[in-house]
Amino acid sequence: MKKRWYDYLWIAELIYMSLGFFNILFAWLGMLFFCIPLIISLVWGTKGYCNRYCGRGQLFGLLGGRFGLSRKKDIPGWMKSKWFRYGFLIFFFIMFFQMLWNTYLVFAGAQDLRQVVTLLWTFKLPWHWAYHGTFFHQGAAQFAFGFYSVMLTSTILGMITMILFKPRSWCVYCPMGTMTQLICKAKNGKDALT
Amino acid sequence: MKTRKKRRAVVNGDACVACGCCVKVCPLSAIQVRHGIRAAVDPERCVGCGKCAKECPASVIVLQEVSV
Ligand code: SF4
Ligand code: SF4
Ligand code: SF4
Repeated sequence: MKKRWYDYLWIAELIYMSLGFFNILFAWLGMLFFCIPLIISLVWGTKGYCNRYCGRGQLFGLLGGRFGLSRKKDIPGWMKSKWFRYGFLIFFFIMFFQMLWNTYLVFAGAQDLRQVVTLLWTFKLPWHWAYHGTFFHQGAAQFAFGFYSVMLTSTILGMITMILFKPRSWCVYCPMGTMTQLICKAKNGKDALT
Repeated sequence: MKTRKKRRAVVNGDACVACGCCVKVCPLSAIQVRHGIRAAVDPERCVGCGKCAKECPASVIVLQEVSV
């Protein structure tokens, strides 16, 4: 099939993840990956982002497909069940708000900037080498560390399930994918399909 | 007239996550994600090649035999 410009957005994803190793403030760019899918589903009622533009999904597809890093086995039934997908979305939300709370504390001066990237919501990796100060408030940097932690964590989870199951297994439980599908369901209604 | 057995892809809609991976690989554009909710196969176009089923990360596409 003919390749379109948006079939190369996996490069953007790759650059984004790499930039976080040089200057953590680039993590702010990731807001695009959060806002665009939501806007598309809210305005047009489609999963156009997943279906076309998501560089993360493309990257997993490429690594697991062309590069053959995936076992290409079926994902276990519980991972595609509604309770797991919605449960993971809720968990993700809670962790996201906790991250926002930590950012707020730094903005409010109640907490010092912590130059760490937290993997899998547990492991704190020193990341000071990617922080060179900021023109803005230190809270803006705290958000960058927190946001990059979210992105790196989801990349790692996606990689693990890419290897174990099908290349794009992450898309089954990706909170953004689940959320945009829910928005489409709410917007279009169940009758849209009959 | 003799009836031939053909295969067609069928999506188990409830478990579809609407990711669109199937759409990308279908050589005949016979499968589309509808309203961001689930994928649906156009039985007129589908030739039952099974590419979509192989790609689907949730493994919710099955190939069914139909008589034509
Ligand atoms: S489900 Fe997530 S990773 Fe997959 S295409 Fe959609 S936004 Fe991208
Ligand atoms: S079986 Fe082949 S032709 Fe039919 S929808 Fe799937 S990819 Fe397309
Ligand atoms: S690849 Fe599977 S889960 Fe994704 S849209 Fe197609 S049928 Fe649905």
